[in-house]
Amino acid sequence: MELSYRQINRDLLRTMEPAGRLYYAVLGVDLVILLWGIFAWVYQIKTGIGVTNLNNPVGWGVYIATFVFWIGIAHSGTLISAILFLFRCHWRNPIYRTAEAMTVFALLTAGLYPIIHLGRPWLFYWLFPYPQEGHLWINFRSPLVWDVFAVGTYLIVSCVFFFTGLVPDLAVVRDQADGWRKKIYGFLAQGWQGTDRQWRHYGSAYLFLAALATPLVISVHSIVSWDFAMSVVPGWHSTIFAPYFVAGAIHSGLAMVLTILIPMRRIFRLEAYLTEMHLENLARLIILTGTIMAYSYGTEMFIAWYSGNIYERETFIYRAMGDYTVAFWIMLLFNAVIPFLFVFGRIRRSIAWLFTISILINIGMWAERFVIIGASLAHEYIPFAWGTYRPSWVELSILAGTLAWFFLWFLLFAKLLPVISLTEVKELVPPPMRGGSHE
Amino acid sequence: MNRETVQILGIFAHLDIFTQAIREMRRLGYNNLTVFSPVPRHEIEEALEGEKSPVRLFTLSGGILGGLTGLILTIATSLHYPMITGGKPIVSIVPFLVIVFELTILFGALATILGMLINIRLPRLRLRPGYDPRFSEDRFGLGVRCAGDEVQRVQDFLRRAGAEEVRHAGD
Repeated sequence: MELSYRQINRDLLRTMEPAGRLYYAVLGVDLVILLWGIFAWVYQIKTGIGVTNLNNPVGWGVYIATFVFWIGIAHSGTLISAILFLFRCHWRNPIYRTAEAMTVFALLTAGLYPIIHLGRPWLFYWLFPYPQEGHLWINFRSPLVWDVFAVGTYLIVSCVFFFTGLVPDLAVVRDQADGWRKKIYGFLAQGWQGTDRQWRHYGSAYLFLAALATPLVISVHSIVSWDFAMSVVPGWHSTIFAPYFVAGAIHSGLAMVLTILIPMRRIFRLEAYLTEMHLENLARLIILTGTIMAYSYGTEMFIAWYSGNIYERETFIYRAMGDYTVAFWIMLLFNAVIPFLFVFGRIRRSIAWLFTISILINIGMWAERFVIIGASLAHEYIPFAWGTYRPSWVELSILAGTLAWFFLWFLLFAKLLPVISLTEVKELVPPPMRGGSHE
Repeated sequence: MNRETVQILGIFAHLDIFTQAIREMRRLGYNNLTVFSPVPRHEIEEALEGEKSPVRLFTLSGGILGGLTGLILTIATSLHYPMITGGKPIVSIVPFLVIVFELTILFGALATILGMLINIRLPRLRLRPGYDPRFSEDRFGLGVRCAGDEVQRVQDFLRRAGAEEVRHAGD
């Protein structure tokens, strides 16, 4: 890239110019869907949890599946912002801001689900550690409490990491803006001036945050997987769950990054910054995670047969050929077969293919969570207690509403903050030298 | 000893000349320098030869504090209200380690931010005198603090070193 610092400021701040009619149209549609979702939730709270189709034996359905889905989406943001940072993969610089924003927004969405899932959502704070009546504390042996700590920590650390990365860019916005915008961004930039002292401590803090976020992100989805694996439900009680969930999380998250970056790059005309190389590298990472997924699916099924455990075997036959067969084959095809198309360079470099496959993986990963949760609960040990579950209109409305909630944050982010890190892109280009660039 | 000092600011357009100027000012004995740059550059750090950031100590202490908090929280509350669930021991170290781990990370991260803010004296609402909006774009700034009677000398040095603009930065 032969770009000057000034050019970078100009190109990347252009995304924050006043929005056009298309933007408001999309925002309007998004808000309508969100309002419909809110209506459905209010209806659920007023009428009772019976308006969902959650009942015995399937007590966990769309809500918990979608919770796991969004937590998973969040993971690749941290992979790109923190793990690739530690590995000094500089190609991550232009895409990390969007990925990290996606992490924060996905967590804000995921965090709603356990609360929506509660029959009495106003009592959600019972999960926090404080002495309740009669000095009873929460049960630290429960995976659900681990979940609160893991997801809570992840949300806080991601927000902090996201905001820290933003500060130098907010200072740029402050310096270029005037009027009330200057005041607001000036406040957010907290007096950043880019002095040597600031950069030195900032760089150190950023490095340590990345180093802390890396084990954190792996722990979070492991702990989410233990919500299932710690039980004795066939199809859940497996030691492969933690790595399998972490890989699945990153798999879906990378797909979501592609789903978001491709239109954004087009709309904001950022082709000079988000090049085909970036998209191609994401596709390469998807081959890796897709391979792990294929291996995990294979192992699960192999063990179900090889262990000789009839319940385990029955569960997997049921997944493949029972009531959830469509979702099962979608999961297998979209997550573990189609991603391998990326081994062909031509498909990896075709925007249309990348976009299509990324959406298919998103659907496939949602289907995976639905199959794991629904099919296992529907078909546990005693045939007498078997049942089926199909989501009700309330559950589907809330699902649509929370999708709109996620994209609402994203739409606001795209207009209010620099979607590509100005500072980190500047770090990639050769600095201005009088003696000529020597990099 | 309370000699009046002023800050002189030189604005540079090129990194190589800028780092050269930093080296020269330091050789002349001016060590109270403030450097502004749009990006962190190793060349600048090398020219300044600053010591390592102490933020690492904040991270370490935050992590240790978080781990201890996790241990104490889980063990003490379980002992305080000993109720057996799932046939597991009251103090079940293995599951408690999950909480310990998460709090280690949480406290470590928060302490890192705290350490950064303390070390760079942020947040502040008013910008330091001498700051120029061009420093967030493509210019490098070198602020030199010197005694009132050396102003002319410093200004000349900065100009000769290649600054495209030299001015008083206020106090």
